[in-house]
Amino acid sequence: MNADIPVSQTSRSEDDADAFVTFTVAGQLFGVPVTRVQDILIPDDIAPVPGGPPEVRGLINLRGRIVTVIDMRTHLSLPKADTGKSGMCVTVESHGESYTLFVDSVGDVVTLPRNLREGNPATLDQVWRNMANAVYRTDQGLLVALHVDRLLAIETEA
Amino acid sequence: MDDLLQEFLAETTESLAVLDVELVRFERETSDAAILSNIFRLMHTIKGTCGFLGLPRLGAVAHAGENILGKFRDRELDVTPRAVTLILKAIDQIRSLLAEMEVTGAEPTGSDDSLIGEINALAGEEPAAAEPVFADHIVPNLSEGGFPVAAELLAEVAEALSQESISQSVPAILPEPPPAPVADPAPAPAPEPVPATATREAETKESATAASSIRVNVDVIENLMTLISELVLTRNQLLQMQRGQKDNEFKVPLQRLSHITSDLQDGVTRMRMQPIGNAWNKLPRIVRDLTVATGKKIELTMQGAETELDRQVLEMIKDPLTHMVRNSADHGIEDGARRLAVGKPETGTIALNAYHESGHIFIRIADDGRGLDLERIRHKAVANGLTTEAAIATMSEQQILQFIFRPGFSTAEKVTSVSGRGVGMDVVRTNIERIGGTIELSSVAGRGTTFLIKIPLTLAIVSALIVEAAQQRFAIPQLNVVELVGVSDRSEARIETINTSPVLRLRDRLLPLVSLRSVLGLPPGGASNDRFVIVAQVGAQTFGIIVDRVFDTEEIVVKPVAPILRGTRFYVGNTILGDGSVIMILDPNGLSGAAGQIGATDAQAGQGEAGLSDGQSGEQTSFLLFRTGGGELKAIPLELVSRIESLDAASIENVGGRHVVQYRQHLVPLVPFCPAHHWKESGKQETLVFSDNGRSMGLVVDEVVDIVRDRMAIELSSARPGLLGSAIISGKAVDVVDVGHFLTQAFTDWFEITAMRKLTRQALLVDDSPFFRNLVAPLLASANWKVTVAADGLEALRLRDHGHQFDVIISDIEMPNMDGLALAGAIRSDPRWSQVPLIALSSRAGEDDVQAGHKAGFDEYVAKSDQAHLQESLTRAVRQASARNQAHYELRRAS
Repeated sequence: MNADIPVSQTSRSEDDADAFVTFTVAGQLFGVPVTRVQDILIPDDIAPVPGGPPEVRGLINLRGRIVTVIDMRTHLSLPKADTGKSGMCVTVESHGESYTLFVDSVGDVVTLPRNLREGNPATLDQVWRNMANAVYRTDQGLLVALHVDRLLAIETEA
Repeated sequence: MDDLLQEFLAETTESLAVLDVELVRFERETSDAAILSNIFRLMHTIKGTCGFLGLPRLGAVAHAGENILGKFRDRELDVTPRAVTLILKAIDQIRSLLAEMEVTGAEPTGSDDSLIGEINALAGEEPAAAEPVFADHIVPNLSEGGFPVAAELLAEVAEALSQESISQSVPAILPEPPPAPVADPAPAPAPEPVPATATREAETKESATAASSIRVNVDVIENLMTLISELVLTRNQLLQMQRGQKDNEFKVPLQRLSHITSDLQDGVTRMRMQPIGNAWNKLPRIVRDLTVATGKKIELTMQGAETELDRQVLEMIKDPLTHMVRNSADHGIEDGARRLAVGKPETGTIALNAYHESGHIFIRIADDGRGLDLERIRHKAVANGLTTEAAIATMSEQQILQFIFRPGFSTAEKVTSVSGRGVGMDVVRTNIERIGGTIELSSVAGRGTTFLIKIPLTLAIVSALIVEAAQQRFAIPQLNVVELVGVSDRSEARIETINTSPVLRLRDRLLPLVSLRSVLGLPPGGASNDRFVIVAQVGAQTFGIIVDRVFDTEEIVVKPVAPILRGTRFYVGNTILGDGSVIMILDPNGLSGAAGQIGATDAQAGQGEAGLSDGQSGEQTSFLLFRTGGGELKAIPLELVSRIESLDAASIENVGGRHVVQYRQHLVPLVPFCPAHHWKESGKQETLVFSDNGRSMGLVVDEVVDIVRDRMAIELSSARPGLLGSAIISGKAVDVVDVGHFLTQAFTDWFEITAMRKLTRQALLVDDSPFFRNLVAPLLASANWKVTVAADGLEALRLRDHGHQFDVIISDIEMPNMDGLALAGAIRSDPRWSQVPLIALSSRAGEDDVQAGHKAGFDEYVAKSDQAHLQESLTRAVRQASARNQAHYELRRAS
């Protein structure tokens, strides 16, 4: 019996709600669809890739697989964290490759009804607008729902 | 499906693959009874198992096949192409039945009567009187004796007999030998003990191999791999915990666990590797079928079948390879008559060669056929709307050839059963590129076509050197590493800088260096100057990489980097080391690009037309750029410069109108670059020092600017003495300096003493063995030769066609495509290279060979066997050959 156990069960029907894994980066609350998340971990040994793109914080060994660590602060053009500050990683998959998003901290899995969902505000920064799918009004503040594939479509031409 | 049936399917599929190969071999060597008996045994096993499992339809086909094989064995039927084709047909039928069974789990209904009928008809024929294929005149005699002897034994006996003087010894031995070992094992029969034991040994060996391998589902291995990685992590955690503790009873068992885990990881990694020969075993059959279908004679040679590849990569290249070999056989090789008409051997050759080189796996597919028809490609490309007349008129030959990789392009005049359906090279290229490989092709009309597939070492296991820079570890593929040099302020080897470019003096050469820290943008090094230089080779280019520390070597499995990192040109991949840490694998190619700074972009732009860049991609040269006497930058090939000295102007003396400086108890003459040079009274004077045969001279310049790498291409020649001409080097127009001019200014007799007209003498080394190329090329280079390599005669002649000139050609004798003797003939019969001294370098150096060599046109003949004296004999041979040619030349001029 190896079937995956569903992460969260709510009384609401699946159709009018979305489940997210939430995390914060520089005080901002973000979410990625729970179905895209493979793993949450605290990285202990990130091997840097000198000469690589700035978004790439390094590589980690995730159970025998090499996974690219994306620094979300750099990627979202947010100020760098204080040095030595530890973070957490949310591993997602895109086009058959695994990436792990390096964030400040990981929060709960939340299920948000569709009626809390709004489109991207017109004033949103171009970089953010490209990566964000929607914005949800939650009790903890606004949650920016990220589009995983667009988030990871990083220009790699050196 | 029944386990038993599954087992049967897997086993029979394997047997069929072997049957294919063996039958093709057998057709060529019909007298080899060992092959036949193996074929018979395999077919018999299939038949037997079918009976056991109750598969009547399969069994009937196998039985019919076995029938014919039995008649072959009993010499009742001659081995004709038609008969072999029928057996192959039977095998194909069995295979297709198996394929259906694999899906449905049961034997499909239907009938194979027509095939079986055809086979039986052939089997029923009277032994054909005409044209017996068996040349062997002993074996039939033996079997007529009526002994029930295993075919293997027969073969052994036949072999033993044929080794003696046949016709005389046969009658004497005949009555005695064969039955004894089988029928009555007790008394060892005196005349034939060797074959008997040999046979038994062979049999035991065979069954041992059969028992020593099992089939495992790939998923199981993949799963195992994941589990082991978990195990490694857990072990690492344990080790970490143990490190914080005092010695306790866990220490020793933990170390054991650690070792075993590493070994286990290693073992499973290796399980995924397979020799490339597995992808090749279908090919002999394909070529054989083609030869029968087309009436051509084709020989398929395969080298390097043991080169190991990752299973996944192997799967990906299997079909492209098959397709290309098929293409070569169908379109490339001409039919026998046409080949003979153009003076080629009747039998065409398709040579497959796989090898590891400079961090990649290369697969070369070469045929000696008619080559690609450039005119037709041109025509087709325009006709198919791939390009316009105007555009194609400006294209180079290489660019036009590239059209064959476009979708929907096929040059076959008629669509045959084998190829020419227009789904071809584009699919091949797509498949190869999907695994990150490249494919290049070169073709010479009338001489053949060569494809070179280069698969990056991703997924393959390589040995790598682990180094450290700025507390970070990196791996460098061992294949690219030539040597390691420890450098410090105290040691003889020191890193010096010219302007900002670091260089290392290594055995009287200046080696350009790159610092790993600066290339990768790591913080610059601390106070300690104790560092290491890794001398790396990429193509013909050698350069040094400065690192902080060198650990040891490790076998690693190269994994491709994530797509996001592919734009970073410094890495070929990444891997997980035994301790679980992730490490980047450096790409010396990318680093050497960084060494040349600007050179790299040029190299990339030029790649499209570079042709085959196998091992000789490094057409680039390092240049020393300097400024003197105003005007353009000046350039000198770096390898000509032995030292760069900053002389104290006060130490320069004027003796008899010549400027000299004392250097190590010798007077070194100084020559200013421009005659109107203003000699400084004080301060520093930059001087380039050239040395040869113990004599040195200094070329006085104003300022050394930089070291860059670029290809040597003189655009405009110069009438001004001292300059060879102008070239574009790293995007700047520079004057290339004729060093010879200044050397003769310093010593008028410079060249008479050293007996050379140019400082860089060009040598062409033709040898199919990468080992010897790598051995001999440095020997020549150290004797101041600039070496170009070619893998066979055809490649050498291609260089001639491209207008290359050499001062000496050194060639192996035995090579694929075109051997050394043929090459010598071709060189001597064409005015372009007919004056070039020609030296044979061969492992076959008997009296006859040497004579044949001289007769073919070689001036000298050097044996490969004597490694210690190789350099000496080579040097002597080169000198003698050059001298003789010079004499001839002068004689002719005088007369």
